[in-house]
Amino acid sequence: MSSVKYPKEQLKCWGKAKTLRENYYRDYAEAHDKGGIRWAGGAWSFDAIPSGLGEDVWCLTGEPYGATVAFNKDLALECQEAIETKGFARDLCSYMRNYWGSVILNKYAWPEFSKEFPKPDFMWQDHICCSHAKWYQVASDLEGGIPMFSVDVSVGPYEGLTESKINYIVGQMHDGIKWLKKQTGREYDDELLIKAVYNEFRSCHYWAAICELNKTIPAPLDEKTMYSLYVLGTLRKSSQWTADFYEKELYPEVKSRVERGIAAVENEQCRIMTDTQPPWAFLKVFRYLEKYGCVSIGSLYTFSLIGLWEDKEDGTWGPRTIPDIEITNRDEALRALAEWNLSKPEWQHFYHPKLKSEMMIRIAREWKLNGVLLHFNRGCEGLSLGIAENRLAIQKAGFPVMPFEGNMGDEREFDLTKTMIRIDAFMESLGMKKLVE
Amino acid sequence: MVTVQMEEKGIFDQFEKWYIDRHEYAKAWKQKTGGKVMGYFCTYVPEEILYAANILPVRILGSHEPQDVTEPHIFAMFCPFCRDCLAQGLKGRFDYLDGIMIAQSCLHIRQAYTSWDLHIPTEYSYYLPHPMHVQSPHAVPYLREELIQFKKSIEDWIGKPITDEDLKRGIELMNANRRLMKQVYELRKKSNPSLTGLEAMYMVVSSQMTDKNEHNRELEALLPKLTTRDIGESGERLMIIGSEDDDTKFITMVEGLDATFVIDDHCTGTRYFQEEVNTSTDLMTAIAKRYVDRVPCPSKDWPNRTRLDYILQLAKEYDVQGAILIQQKFCDPHELDIPIIKEKLEDNGIPTLFLEFDVTVPIGQFKTRVEAFLEIIREEDLF
Repeated sequence: MSSVKYPKEQLKCWGKAKTLRENYYRDYAEAHDKGGIRWAGGAWSFDAIPSGLGEDVWCLTGEPYGATVAFNKDLALECQEAIETKGFARDLCSYMRNYWGSVILNKYAWPEFSKEFPKPDFMWQDHICCSHAKWYQVASDLEGGIPMFSVDVSVGPYEGLTESKINYIVGQMHDGIKWLKKQTGREYDDELLIKAVYNEFRSCHYWAAICELNKTIPAPLDEKTMYSLYVLGTLRKSSQWTADFYEKELYPEVKSRVERGIAAVENEQCRIMTDTQPPWAFLKVFRYLEKYGCVSIGSLYTFSLIGLWEDKEDGTWGPRTIPDIEITNRDEALRALAEWNLSKPEWQHFYHPKLKSEMMIRIAREWKLNGVLLHFNRGCEGLSLGIAENRLAIQKAGFPVMPFEGNMGDEREFDLTKTMIRIDAFMESLGMKKLVE
Repeated sequence: MVTVQMEEKGIFDQFEKWYIDRHEYAKAWKQKTGGKVMGYFCTYVPEEILYAANILPVRILGSHEPQDVTEPHIFAMFCPFCRDCLAQGLKGRFDYLDGIMIAQSCLHIRQAYTSWDLHIPTEYSYYLPHPMHVQSPHAVPYLREELIQFKKSIEDWIGKPITDEDLKRGIELMNANRRLMKQVYELRKKSNPSLTGLEAMYMVVSSQMTDKNEHNRELEALLPKLTTRDIGESGERLMIIGSEDDDTKFITMVEGLDATFVIDDHCTGTRYFQEEVNTSTDLMTAIAKRYVDRVPCPSKDWPNRTRLDYILQLAKEYDVQGAILIQQKFCDPHELDIPIIKEKLEDNGIPTLFLEFDVTVPIGQFKTRVEAFLEIIREEDLF
């Protein structure tokens, strides 16, 4: 029998988030009809930079696109089998395989906007994971030689940042702008770049501020809902529409929920976090947790794939302060952009798992968690990097951990029944009883 | 059948012995010299600086034995090589190391380093950031600065400065080793090569774990003997391409089937020694340039695919009849390159066989597949 402890209400801006996402995929598909430019690249790419080419430039970021494909099980399987026939291994990044499959099948995951996969005019990528630049190198081959540029950002952890490292990245960015001009034949507008950089500051700051509100008991948001909201930052973090949505709509509404005691899970009695991308075709796992009154308050992944964080004066972890700087030229904009992004929490574990373990333990403490679910994600080597060491460190810090194996984008590697049984056992070990059958 | 006259068989024994007895060698070196030994995880580590500091660099490789000690530390979807390397540390086989280090390359081997760093007490540990965008003009100045930081760290550790003279000595030692191994590799171009693929593998891999001064002396003694040596009929001339590979059992098996590996694209082969440091510029820039310009690991080969032309050129120079593409299971960088390498080789008339390696390889199954592959190549000769 359910025991309702807290009031619950639907997010008022939910529909707006959904519309923004649909607009994004529609605009990309229709860009050429409007005389605009299309580019493809990763969710972590410096999307602010191509913004300088004009206001009619639209992008398709590969990871959220791969997740969209994954959510459509039939299309995902079709994509995966298609790319496997080309000789690519099925243990490669499943987002990447979904994306490539979509390319060679010439099928867009949003058929209402385009029956065919809309080819980009160029590819603009970043590189920190082994699959990043190679993703678009292969995609370029598959699409018949679309030009590609990638910026290596893997210069080591933020705590060891030096001028030389910044120079390496900024040098590549400057080269990238020359390359963009050459590929498109357009002039480059530094004012548009600067505007995009400020937007990115706002998007990253406010998304973290929204996640910080989840320290509250009851949590105003659950992770399944957060997936549909953080995604806007992964689509185009430097856009006015993402920054405005986070700052002017979502943040005030979530703050209001906290003030009014609105819960994401009305019978919240247990708080957990997860890690890495979820198995997108099986988000029902999160609803199953709710039967135990268990809310997943998010994860390092949802908090900081886009959100940026810093130590606050009171010792807590909070949103990174928006830099109080006046950017007057291209070089300043690029330097600010590089420095800002290098502090991204999700970029730190690429160099050592202890950096991620420290952040995860911090979340477990500050967000008052009972336990942790770690998705050993076969679909993403980048975010699964060091996850076994994270498990050991979190356990050592006193938080129970339930690892489960799966794949964010390839349902053939996820066992739903087994995972549910493991959740039952984990909840039992935490002393939780099912509140709803 | 690959045959070598009995009296010439033993000339590679020293390399084999160094490879097999690598731990005993390093311990004895340490005792003899009183020097420090650095375990390293990737061939992007600038050994020049270590030799300049009189430190013995020893590449950490696996042992090709099943193990169960790494499961708590590395998720099983990462390559068996990185797990095998870590297992050696967890089992205490490298207990003589004074330090460990890695130069940034793939994510997989990085985990072996970081787990080692977490769980195996070592006096010195260093993560050397290294450009992945090696085709960028900014890669050399960036790496130069990183090398300066690294040199400083080593100086702090050993308690004395590394002079330009030291660096020149380190560079010349490494260059000599590369030059000598290249000379040996040249002799594999002959219609009856002077050495087998197995012998070549022992030679290169042992150079990654022995004092290059000794290794060079052995190479200098070897070369005159090799020029007049041949292994007899080579059988099919094969190339082997892919991830880290010191799987001597596999090479032995293939070469027992009337075929010879005449060339490779491995970091335990040509990728390790192809380029020298050109000292016409300042020394740190020169070292940086060598590691940026070397034949890349696939993880760094973008946006252009420079390995394709390099591999084809090797195949032509060494008159290759077939290529075996191997990769460590789950090795993403190679998985991303292999389909196009296969296509390119086959478009150029070179048949390929793709195999996936694990810590141990199923020799029986692989033998059947290699036999079938060789039959395909031989059938073409018949008609």
